[in-house]
Amino acid sequence: MHPAFSVIFLTTLIGVGQGLFLALFTGQSYAAAQFLPAQNGTGFFAMGSLIALLFLIGGLISSIFHLGHPERAWRAATKWRTSWLSREVLALPVVMFFVFVYGLMHYMNWDMVIFVTSTGVKFNLSLLVGAVGAAAVFILFLCTAMIYAAIKFLQEWSNPLTIVNYILLGTASGFTLAAAFSSYTAPDLIRFFSVWAIIITVMAFVSRSASLIRNARIKYKSSIQTAIGVRHNQIVQNAQGAMGGSYNTREYFHGKTAIFLKSIKWLFMMLVFPVPIILLSSGMDDNNGAVLLAAFMVQYVGLLAERWFFFAQANHPQNIYYQTV
Amino acid sequence: MSQLALVIDLNVCVGCSACVTSCKEWNTSGPAGFMSDDNPYGKEPTGTFFNRVQTYEVGCFPNTETIHFPKSCLHCEDAPCVPVCPTGASYKREEDGIVLVDYDKCIGCKYCSWACPYGAREFDEHQKVMKKCTLCVDRIYDQSLPETERKPACVLSCPTSARLFGDVEDPESEVSVAIREEGGYQLMPEWGTKPSNHYLPRRKTRLHIHEDELVRADNPLKKEERQPSAPVDEPTLDDSTSW
Amino acid sequence: MNYSPESEQMNVNSRIEVKNTTCYMCACRCGIRVTLRDGEVRYIQGNPEHPLNQGVICAKGASGIMKQYSPARLTKPLLRKQGADRGDAQFEEISWDKAFGLMEERLSHLRATDPKKFALFTGRDQMQALTGLFAKQFGTPNYAAHGGFCSVNMATGMIYTIGGSFWEFGGPDLDRSKLFIMIGTAEDHHSNPMKMALSKFKRNGGRFISINPVRTGYSAIADEWIPIKPGTDGALILCLIRELIAQGLYDRDFLVQYSNSAQLINTDEASDEHGLFIRTESDKEPGCFDPMNELWWDRHTDAAVKTHTEGADPFLMGEFKLEDGTSVKPAFQLLKDQVEEYTPEWAENVTGIPAETIRRLAHEMGITARDEKIELPIAWTDAWGKEHDTITGNPVAFHSMRGTAAHSNGFQTIRALAILMSILGTIDRPGGFRHKAPFPRPIPPCAKTPKGPEGVNPNTPLGGMPLGWPADPNDLFVDENQKPVRIDKAFSWEFPLSAHGLMHNVITNAWRGDPYQLDTLMIFMANMAWNSSMNTSEVRKMLNDKDENGEYKIPFIIVADAFQSEMTAYGDLILPDTTYLERHDVMSMLDRPISEYDGPVDSVRIPVVPPKGDCKPFQEVLIEMGSRLKLPAFVKEGGERKFRDYPDFIVNYETEPGSGIGFLAGWRGKGGEKFMKGEPNPNQWEMYEKNNCVYQYHLPKSYQYMRNWNMGYLRWAQDHRLTRYAEPINIHIYSEVLQKFRLAAQGKYPGKQPPQHLRKRIEEHFNPLPFYSEPLEAQLTDKQKYPLNALTQRPMAMYHSWDSQNAWLRQIHAHNYMHVHPSLGALHGFGDGDWIWVESMHGKVRCMARFSEAVEPGTIWTWNAVGKASGAWNLEGDANESRKGFLLNHLIAEELPAHDAGEHLSNSDPITGQAGWYDVRVRVYKARDDEPKETWPQFDTMPALPGTGKRRSWQGFFAGMFTKGDQ
Repeated sequence: MHPAFSVIFLTTLIGVGQGLFLALFTGQSYAAAQFLPAQNGTGFFAMGSLIALLFLIGGLISSIFHLGHPERAWRAATKWRTSWLSREVLALPVVMFFVFVYGLMHYMNWDMVIFVTSTGVKFNLSLLVGAVGAAAVFILFLCTAMIYAAIKFLQEWSNPLTIVNYILLGTASGFTLAAAFSSYTAPDLIRFFSVWAIIITVMAFVSRSASLIRNARIKYKSSIQTAIGVRHNQIVQNAQGAMGGSYNTREYFHGKTAIFLKSIKWLFMMLVFPVPIILLSSGMDDNNGAVLLAAFMVQYVGLLAERWFFFAQANHPQNIYYQTV
Repeated sequence: MSQLALVIDLNVCVGCSACVTSCKEWNTSGPAGFMSDDNPYGKEPTGTFFNRVQTYEVGCFPNTETIHFPKSCLHCEDAPCVPVCPTGASYKREEDGIVLVDYDKCIGCKYCSWACPYGAREFDEHQKVMKKCTLCVDRIYDQSLPETERKPACVLSCPTSARLFGDVEDPESEVSVAIREEGGYQLMPEWGTKPSNHYLPRRKTRLHIHEDELVRADNPLKKEERQPSAPVDEPTLDDSTSW
Repeated sequence: MNYSPESEQMNVNSRIEVKNTTCYMCACRCGIRVTLRDGEVRYIQGNPEHPLNQGVICAKGASGIMKQYSPARLTKPLLRKQGADRGDAQFEEISWDKAFGLMEERLSHLRATDPKKFALFTGRDQMQALTGLFAKQFGTPNYAAHGGFCSVNMATGMIYTIGGSFWEFGGPDLDRSKLFIMIGTAEDHHSNPMKMALSKFKRNGGRFISINPVRTGYSAIADEWIPIKPGTDGALILCLIRELIAQGLYDRDFLVQYSNSAQLINTDEASDEHGLFIRTESDKEPGCFDPMNELWWDRHTDAAVKTHTEGADPFLMGEFKLEDGTSVKPAFQLLKDQVEEYTPEWAENVTGIPAETIRRLAHEMGITARDEKIELPIAWTDAWGKEHDTITGNPVAFHSMRGTAAHSNGFQTIRALAILMSILGTIDRPGGFRHKAPFPRPIPPCAKTPKGPEGVNPNTPLGGMPLGWPADPNDLFVDENQKPVRIDKAFSWEFPLSAHGLMHNVITNAWRGDPYQLDTLMIFMANMAWNSSMNTSEVRKMLNDKDENGEYKIPFIIVADAFQSEMTAYGDLILPDTTYLERHDVMSMLDRPISEYDGPVDSVRIPVVPPKGDCKPFQEVLIEMGSRLKLPAFVKEGGERKFRDYPDFIVNYETEPGSGIGFLAGWRGKGGEKFMKGEPNPNQWEMYEKNNCVYQYHLPKSYQYMRNWNMGYLRWAQDHRLTRYAEPINIHIYSEVLQKFRLAAQGKYPGKQPPQHLRKRIEEHFNPLPFYSEPLEAQLTDKQKYPLNALTQRPMAMYHSWDSQNAWLRQIHAHNYMHVHPSLGALHGFGDGDWIWVESMHGKVRCMARFSEAVEPGTIWTWNAVGKASGAWNLEGDANESRKGFLLNHLIAEELPAHDAGEHLSNSDPITGQAGWYDVRVRVYKARDDEPKETWPQFDTMPALPGTGKRRSWQGFFAGMFTKGDQ
């Protein structure tokens, strides 16, 4: 596939937003259970939600560049029964709504206690909203990932690891951002977020590596033989009937060399996983916000590369028909 | 229930591209609006087409087969491009199974084309909507056309009549008979898309010569065997003895 | 389906019209229906009621819209700017008045002084009836169409043998054939009718064998592909003939009755009549026919009898002595002797086809012809008055074109092919080869050129036809020193039977002044500065070359074309022609009509849109000039103009006053009640228009076959003035015409004598029976150094068309590769897609390699004429056609290297002057990595000519309107 930058930014930006929101909610949950000190509603949760919301909006804006007719984008909400893309289009504003409400509640301090356990743990309304929001976040992750995983003949994508990767990579980047964010707003939580960021990044490393290993061993179901229905072990395309190229050659071929592809793979494997982990551990040890911010930025750049690679690596079976000019 | 479709006979397709340009010619001035061409007179000319002919070489010299392979939307029975469309712009008609795009609803997200394993859809770079073969839906029901011309432009144009058009759900239709009797097959059956368009394979006619056919009793060479009577003026036994 | 609001509105408010005319996107001439929306072209489809294409259309025809709206259209007469060189393409617009004035002044002077100083050569023929008439009336012998560099070997090789030829004049009857052999036919000849027939043939269970070095196009769907080395088709065919004779798989009865196989030939080497038929007295007045006064050797009486003696059955083989002691052999015996050396093993070595395959091929042909006989219940009478109850057919059909023709040994190859078809008994019979009216013609046809310079006189029409069919050496068009009279040396001892001229040598000859210099060269629709010339780069220099006085060696060049071709850059005066959709035109019986097997068909074009800008149909230019120059056919007795315009000319012109023969055969006579012959009908055009622009006549069934010998048909043809004589046209298995030239070379034929240096060449090549010789260029090439054959063909989507600027078609073929077998890459260290050099002894090109398993490994090939000079055809300077596309022509010379037959001999068949396009030998090697990644040679970008259209950076065509995207 030819990686489209609009989609790369869309998926990575909303991933950060979703992950950051999950981090905020996790922080509040831990605080509610009194594992962590409570944080300032305005400075931390409202601000954090705003940042998450900005990432989500950034993703939304970037998605517009992907559309031929963005003015009709509202129509995309209509086919949620069958289309994961339609579901994503619905889930994204729902997530944004909850993030907004969650942040607003913290900002306005509308946070009545709705339930207290016998152990004294207080459940605030914001926690409930956060829980529903978190569920929406997971649904959004699922929708986004399923857009890709649901195309069964894109064999690099069509497996559960795609969903796991989307969840873990988005969450990891969100927690890394949360670690950096907390160093400026809630130093008590630096270690909490950093450790979680490291744990999730490690998990993401495992699942992403698993998908790389899997994809390296794919046996493609489609071949030039099935594509044209001729049995012979030597079939070569001689012409595709469009020497100047076509939509089919522009949309589905990355046009880069195998070496370039490999370099991008190693680049993102470094930038998304070990480098941020090192930066996170060193940043949390000496409370260095700049280092933690660097960890996020490195990881985000890495994710851009990861997403580029995600698309580039996917071999669309239509390419079989467009081998030779 | 009916399912309109094309059956493409690779046995007679010579790869002339008549279907390619006649399709473009009809459809660029049709309901889809123009089909744009970029760099029409410059470097790397490229434009929107609903149908293209590819060429494959099968086998090694001298046992090479050259196969011309026209491909357009296959109007799958289980069209993967339809459910993925977020707006419903991509749809399959109940009445005749044609897969169409409603250009007014299409937001140009290209997802339907990703979901097509055949690369049958093309995004028009200037109209910003996804386009594809319509089986000339604006021709085939047009009562103002003579009945014989209510066919897709590519079918009408094809000089070798390698493109058959009809209802593959009707077992007695020309297309169903061809599929049944001439070995019609579907592309990439592994994905369960059940393409309605079928392809007919190459069929060979061979001549078997039996040895006894080479020489027949009436071989014309026999007429050329000239056995002139021996000359009378040369010596014979008559000249040397009287017995 | 939702209609976009835009289109809905357009359709509601639009005026839709449908008009019929005839396509001209290639030379096939299908009937088309053009749908117009508000007067602009919206849709072009095949006309379902047209006999030729029956509703289908090809890729070119369906792209006619993009031709009509091409930015390369010329719309103004242009005059080269003062001070600008030819090739610079610097022009100023002028009026038609001025253009006509210029031409009138120049041409009337030439006509009054030395008419041969004016030459008219046209690329695309099918307008030859008019262009030829103009040249003849002007009085110049220097006229021809593109046949000489196209396929004249096909025409002559077959017409000198069976009185007919492939394509316009005849073809394979695939309706009834069982075995079809296509040999040396490029990608797409002859476009739609062949495609339609082929698929029907295959679906009817016919077996299709393709013999071709390359497997593309039609060959792709062959049941069997037999790859062959280029230029060796003759060897294969001769071997097939040998095998068929050896096995007795020939149609003896057919050969006896309908060919000269059994006729006795003088084999007395000492005799001046050696190799000629023994003839008896004839009671017929001599004419352009065979008096049938030759002899047979009758098997029953064992004596010589006159041919076709009732009850006689002649020997085809043997050796006999006439009463006067002359030793004689039947022609067939000589054929048998001649092919004896062409064994399958020998042929395998030459052609690369396994001997077993050749044997099998011969057996398949022979057995199918013999055992699958067709008997049609059609009674007919032969030319000797014998009545037959049935028509017999031997269902083996052939088709062939430039692959066999465009070699310097092509004439004899095609003679061999025609003989092969004849010994199988397939001529004008069901399932075999069938003629199309006005063929068959006598062998050779009657038209003759003047026999010397006395036929060329000031202010006088030419004393003969500019092109003709010599029957013996005394028909040659040479002066008393045996030098050519024509600029292209056609009908001289160099190329005696050059029935279509040698357009490919005109510029070189005129530039060199050999045989003389021209003054004005008028080129219509021929891209002589590009793909229609051999040796393109040098020809471009010649066109621009000046003598020591600073005068151009070719003083004045007029180019008539509808598009900004490479050639236009070299014109002094450019005349903008119309497209086919903008003019009247006729596919005339006097030229190359579109006849079907079952009878004559001609057709017309009628404009469907008005001419763009100031462009004017070339026909109108000729009518205007003919009137201005007062050429007799174009003016009344008093010298005033006779025809208002071209349509008026078509209706009212008669070949001779009162002859009743004109350009169109249909709806003649006052009320349109006659055909073929009849007085002019003022409503003829309207009648064509009402009838799909086509006139078709179906002969009675009994006249549809065996037309060489069918009394009914021959008399019909005579009555309708297709022919002068209703005499049988026997097949020339043995060509006495060729033998007469050979005798002349041997000093045994009275009259004109060949120059000494050509005697050996003529003696060798004018063999009365086909023989195989290696193409001349190959004989003169170091084949160790240049081991490969290089070929070109046009892709189907551009076949016989001059398209590359067509916005749709050029997307399919934007540039060309050199197709090579992968083993060549392995040998020379290059890969698929790499840049390579291809070099012949004449020049070299850099191009990209494309590996292919569908090419004979000793051959490389590319698409012809996809490559364009930068900026030509109003393409952008960096268009793929010029940067990645290339012409093979740079490797091919128009002249052979000097050798014992002389220097400056055309690289052509020594019999017919057919250009030897496919004789070039080359080598390949990898281009260095530091070389530019573009083809070589490159030329300076040609600027857009005044009056051409603007190029859009993108376009959206909607029924005659372009959406935005204007540059």
